[in-house]
Amino acid sequence: MLEVDNIHVNYGRLQALRGVSITAQEGEIVCLVGPNGAGKSTTLAAIAGGVTPHTGRIALKGRSLGGLPPETIARLGVSLVPEGRHVFGTLSVAENLRIGTFQRRDRAGVASDFERILEHFPRLRERLQQPAGRLSGGEQQMLVIGRALMTRPRLVMVDEPSLGLAPKIVDQVYDILLTLRRSGDITLLINEQSSERVLKFADRIYVMRGGRIHLHDRAANLQDGKAIMQAYFGFAEHATAPAAAKTPGAAGGLDIHAAIERAAE
Amino acid sequence: MIGFLQNLIDALSLGSLYALAALGIGLLFGILRLTNFAHGDFISFGAYALIVPSVEVTATKFIGGWPWYLMLPVVTVIVVLLALLSDLLVFRKLRQASAPTLMIASFAVGYVIQNTILMIYSARPKAIDVWSNLQQQVSIGELRVPQLQLVTIGVTVLLMVGLSLFLNRTPYGVQMRAAAEDFRMARYLGVKGNFVIGLAFAISGVLAAMASLLFVSQTGTLSYVMGVPLMLFAFIATVIGGMGSLTGAVIGGFAVGFVSVMFQAYLPEQLRSFRDAFVFAIVIAVLLYRPSGLIPTKALAQRV
Repeated sequence: MLEVDNIHVNYGRLQALRGVSITAQEGEIVCLVGPNGAGKSTTLAAIAGGVTPHTGRIALKGRSLGGLPPETIARLGVSLVPEGRHVFGTLSVAENLRIGTFQRRDRAGVASDFERILEHFPRLRERLQQPAGRLSGGEQQMLVIGRALMTRPRLVMVDEPSLGLAPKIVDQVYDILLTLRRSGDITLLINEQSSERVLKFADRIYVMRGGRIHLHDRAANLQDGKAIMQAYFGFAEHATAPAAAKTPGAAGGLDIHAAIERAAE
Repeated sequence: MIGFLQNLIDALSLGSLYALAALGIGLLFGILRLTNFAHGDFISFGAYALIVPSVEVTATKFIGGWPWYLMLPVVTVIVVLLALLSDLLVFRKLRQASAPTLMIASFAVGYVIQNTILMIYSARPKAIDVWSNLQQQVSIGELRVPQLQLVTIGVTVLLMVGLSLFLNRTPYGVQMRAAAEDFRMARYLGVKGNFVIGLAFAISGVLAAMASLLFVSQTGTLSYVMGVPLMLFAFIATVIGGMGSLTGAVIGGFAVGFVSVMFQAYLPEQLRSFRDAFVFAIVIAVLLYRPSGLIPTKALAQRV
């Protein structure tokens, strides 16, 4: 349903993305793994319309998203949960949840989604009328995920869902994401620094570094974690060579670094 | 005591004008990080709309001669259109620009409006009386208060209540508050950026139109720079209140009005002509004590 084809993004003279290609099928969980500054967040922002790639194509269900403003892309069913939570602190929890629903025409659907999300997150129900800024970090993370779901998205992108949260709460967040996936009609694209968690969770994994995709495979093929580590840190180990060789030309032949590394071996 | 109460009502009425203008500025700053120095010129433009366009010395009333229930909406529509037009022609092109760039652009818009007024109406100040029957005084006990002051205070309170209901109870209001807090995130959730900004310009136009009618009925004169001092004090009010906080803008507006009137009333005779210097000294003192204003907001933090 999502096709990102060879996008390049520059911030001034800094090349944040140098040819990134990603696809996600309907109902899939796709994870982007990589160190800080690899371009994961930029990739999500580009899909959501927050930054404009200077080349490349992004399409949702065959429809090009190029040049569309973020609000239009949101209305087409893409919901981004950016890093750092971004709750509207002076708005109440209820207002935060409703902010993405004003363009929806199905009042009954909004009401039932509202109930469903409060069932997922009972903590939020207790605090509906409180300013969202007073919630704890974990509660805020639940709020932003709930808020994103209130728009009835087809594609939910979560940037670093576990950053700055206690491990127990991270488990909770991932539980919720898994429940979402079971509900079936939602595609998830998740950025994560920790590859362990991703291996248990994702259908497919892309490893990014330096603005490029360095590895792409089904999670099932990467379970030993070595190929991911190699792509993540960018060094070759003998032990991981076979794993690296398994890598299909995932990034559409653009993956120069990986190619060079393979050639060097 | 009576003297003090009299001064207090003066202060409330002057503070109302400042608060109205400050709200218009604060609203745009909250959403756009624009310090709109053209706001004072929106106010002048609304006032000039009351007379027939001509360079003659004596003003002939045009919209100003209509009954209030026509005058209010028509002047409001004119100023709202001016505000929307300045967004469309200038500020929309500068969406990615920094706060100082936006501010300088607003100076430019202000000068264009001022010089348009100059060309059409000439530079000479003109006398006009609007609602002169409101100059009559009403007695409340021993207090004698011009009706106009009561109307000014009443209109301001009405507008503030209306704005607050709009922002808190309507979907568009909630979207505006969300956009003021985190514009990008609001757009990621489907809030239409240009629409919300246009709405903010329109509301600031309504506030400017009301301020211009109240102001011109108090002073009885039109001048192409009439909005500038109002804008200056309103800007100070928003800074004291905390840039981006609407409550702060209102509190700041009333505070500046209160301090001005009280200095005017109680400073020794020979110092009164330096009243504004004393007002600014207090402003400096407040900012030394609370650099981000009485009600600090995220808006300012992001800007720095």
